[in-house]
Amino acid sequence: MNTAAFIVIAIVTLSAAMAAATLRKLMHAALSFALAIVGLAAFFFLVGAEFVGLALVFIYIGAVAVLIVFTILLTRRDVQKDRGFNWSGVLIAAAVLASLTWSILKTQSTAIVAPHIRALTVKQIGQALMTTYVWPMQCVGLLLTAALIGALLLVIEEKP
Amino acid sequence: MNSGFVNHFWFIPAVPFAASLVILSLPNNRRKVAAALAVVGQVLALAMSIMAFATTLQTPDSRVVLNFTWFTFGEQTLRLGFLLDPLAAAMLVMITLVGLCIFVFSVGYMAEDKNFPRFFAYLSFFAGAMLGLVIANSLLLLFMFWELVGLASYLLIGFWIERPAAAEAAKKAFITTRIGDMGFFLGMLWLYNRSGTLLFYDRGNGCLEAAGLATLGASATFIALLIFCGAAGKSGQFPLHVWLPDAMEGPTPVSALIHAATMVAAGVFLVARVYPLFALGAINGVTPSLTVVVWIGVTTALMAALIAIAQADIKRILAYSTVSQLGLMMVSLGVGGVAAGIMHLLAHGFFKALLFLGAGSVIHGCNGEQDIRKMGGLRRFMPMTFATYAVGMMALSGVPLFFSGGWTKEEILHVTAHWPQSHAPYYLVLAGVVLTALYMTRQIIYVFFGEARSASAHAHESPRVMTMPLIVLALCAIFFSVVLTPAWPWLDAYLTGEGVRFDLARLIQPMLFLSLVLVGSSVALGVWIYRKAGVPNGKRPANVDPLEYAQPVLFRFLANKMWIDELYQQTIIGVSWMCARLSDWMDRFFWDGLVRGFGACGQIFGIFTARVDERGINAGVDETAAGARGLGRLLSAAHSGQIQTYLGAIAVGMLALLLLYAWLA
Amino acid sequence: MTPTLQVFLIVSAALFSIGLLAALSRRHAIFILIGIEMMLAAANLNFIVFWRFGPQHQPPVGVMIALFSIAIAAAEAAVGLAIVIAVYRHYRSTNVDEFNQLRG
Repeated sequence: MNTAAFIVIAIVTLSAAMAAATLRKLMHAALSFALAIVGLAAFFFLVGAEFVGLALVFIYIGAVAVLIVFTILLTRRDVQKDRGFNWSGVLIAAAVLASLTWSILKTQSTAIVAPHIRALTVKQIGQALMTTYVWPMQCVGLLLTAALIGALLLVIEEKP
Repeated sequence: MNSGFVNHFWFIPAVPFAASLVILSLPNNRRKVAAALAVVGQVLALAMSIMAFATTLQTPDSRVVLNFTWFTFGEQTLRLGFLLDPLAAAMLVMITLVGLCIFVFSVGYMAEDKNFPRFFAYLSFFAGAMLGLVIANSLLLLFMFWELVGLASYLLIGFWIERPAAAEAAKKAFITTRIGDMGFFLGMLWLYNRSGTLLFYDRGNGCLEAAGLATLGASATFIALLIFCGAAGKSGQFPLHVWLPDAMEGPTPVSALIHAATMVAAGVFLVARVYPLFALGAINGVTPSLTVVVWIGVTTALMAALIAIAQADIKRILAYSTVSQLGLMMVSLGVGGVAAGIMHLLAHGFFKALLFLGAGSVIHGCNGEQDIRKMGGLRRFMPMTFATYAVGMMALSGVPLFFSGGWTKEEILHVTAHWPQSHAPYYLVLAGVVLTALYMTRQIIYVFFGEARSASAHAHESPRVMTMPLIVLALCAIFFSVVLTPAWPWLDAYLTGEGVRFDLARLIQPMLFLSLVLVGSSVALGVWIYRKAGVPNGKRPANVDPLEYAQPVLFRFLANKMWIDELYQQTIIGVSWMCARLSDWMDRFFWDGLVRGFGACGQIFGIFTARVDERGINAGVDETAAGARGLGRLLSAAHSGQIQTYLGAIAVGMLALLLLYAWLA
Repeated sequence: MTPTLQVFLIVSAALFSIGLLAALSRRHAIFILIGIEMMLAAANLNFIVFWRFGPQHQPPVGVMIALFSIAIAAAEAAVGLAIVIAVYRHYRSTNVDEFNQLRG
């Protein structure tokens, strides 16, 4: 695993995430979010989970980010207004970060380097999905269908 | 030449791409900057192409391969690469040279257009994609660039988006070529499945090298035919030729660059590139896939030449002529004359671009009129355009000795005559040559000779920026023949990787006399038929074509493009329309009924449970609810209704758990 | 030196906290959703990283959980954004401070 690549990806991901959380313009924030997801996918590629990385890119950028952009466009009239910023949220987030970092650093068993493993093939993932995880997969399919129908019902225009 | 450059020849397509990106980011009023950038990008690409060409000259039969890993996916590695061999180098020089002429011509032709920078951005984009296509060393990479040139073609045909015909033509071109590309894609998948690689050349492991070809076996025929589908779509071969004449709705420089000289030739190039696949297992130089290529090519060549005779639009005549010439190239490839086909491709690139630009100059001079029956006598108003157009016409008709088209056509006739399978293609191709000379004579008589008619009365010569490219291309069309003659077949030897020697005796051969007689007599025939074109003669009114007067039914059949468009409308499009209607009906009545039936079942069940609920369970629940209400009132004070407060509370709770854990550990 | 498990976990913790920040501090409903998506993504990173650094199993459990959680996140985003649109139609606003009908 390449340290230089790790540092570059970490900087890109975290700064894009920060931009997504703090930018004033909603559209810019949504695009930064997409960039942060690209960085995360790059992490997945770095550790050898290419399939998950690709799935992340397809689903988050292809679907979720596009949905977010659509929603922004549909609720456009409202985004121009300036909004306040809740500083208590910053306090809580900082406290969570500090305590998480502290507990990670304190746990000695995490200071290890990656073992050498055989490459994970799509075939293995496919086999696992179709054997061990076949029920969870069907449930996820049902869930996605339900979410689809639910989302449609929520936004359907009621005829007067 | 410096060896450093050889390893970076992928720069050649990169430069026009970069120019296109920069132009796109310019504001719309920086017209001069945009044109200058595009032209400079093209000049750089030309210079680098010549350098690349020079490197391939030094070592005969050279092949520079640059392969790289695109990405690794689990245990699969996808590799792409670039390839520089004589075929690619010759194409590079032709594309950049013709492209440069057309870019300069466009500066004059598009001067009035309000989207001038966008036009040059698209042109540069196209040039980059086309150059990339030529030097791709992987079928996948070639396919990517293939689709990019398709995209550029779509954008440029529909450049005048406000004209409905242009938008329609762009759509038609895209969808028709997509049908072919589907076959190409399937062929590519099949090839990958069998050979495990899409690289053409990879130190003995590529799919076009002996080891790779050995894995294919009998499936090679089908793979080759599927790939040929893509080539037929791009090169406008029957039955996918219908988009090319309609593509003339785009600006004329686009027709010259994309739909005459370069992109439509990509199909021929593709067949030449994967030729080992077509020729695998050949007996006496004949394989089933090559036979299909020959017959498709012959059909296309003859049919398009026939249709061209009855067209009235100056660009449409040239478009059908392009289709016909591409068919000729396919025949040449099919009968085994790869070098002859590619030489005709290169020569055709020059003179057809010349003809299209000449047509553009004529249209420009006649204020946008494209109907040749309304022109006439332009020889006097536009002398420079006339002279260069005549050169192009003679090169296309195949006048021997001085014009490049004559030599390459002879070469094709020569290889076709020696095809062992059948002699029919040879005679049909001869008929095509006669027809070509005939329709070009007709066009040139209508446009440049006789009396001035309505559209040409106020014609004027085009500005220098437009005539200079014409002169350059005319010179190319003439001097290109120097390297083509049988006495010194330098280009042939270069493409096949053999040595060349000068032998004047080979210049004189029967084929030369045959084509001299053939072309001469058909030009004479054309002059005799059309001598009174455009003026009333006997009972014939002025606006009726002499052939139309003699054979009205046949002429109408040809003028309506053999009703192929109408046939497609009735059959393929009609059938898909019917299918769409049928599925619509199924959805509305059959599936909807099913869904409603299920819904009704659920409703009945719901009514039943509601009864049970009301009678049996409600009473007990009421009591519990009273107790809960009291507790709820107590807790509701903590609920502000603000979702972020809840979220914050969750986070604080998590924090508390973390601290608890830390304290315990 | 190659990155250890620790630094990966710290990056993921930072991503999680940034998501939390977005969800807690911004007033716009869509930001809250973006924040939640980021927190989920950070959790996914943890799963993947633990799979990579831990003992290898067949099937790869961490990868499978990450895949399922991505699918669920997609469903969540669809429903969440639909709710935002529905609420916007009702209140003509996307400011979460104005949505307090559930106040006790």
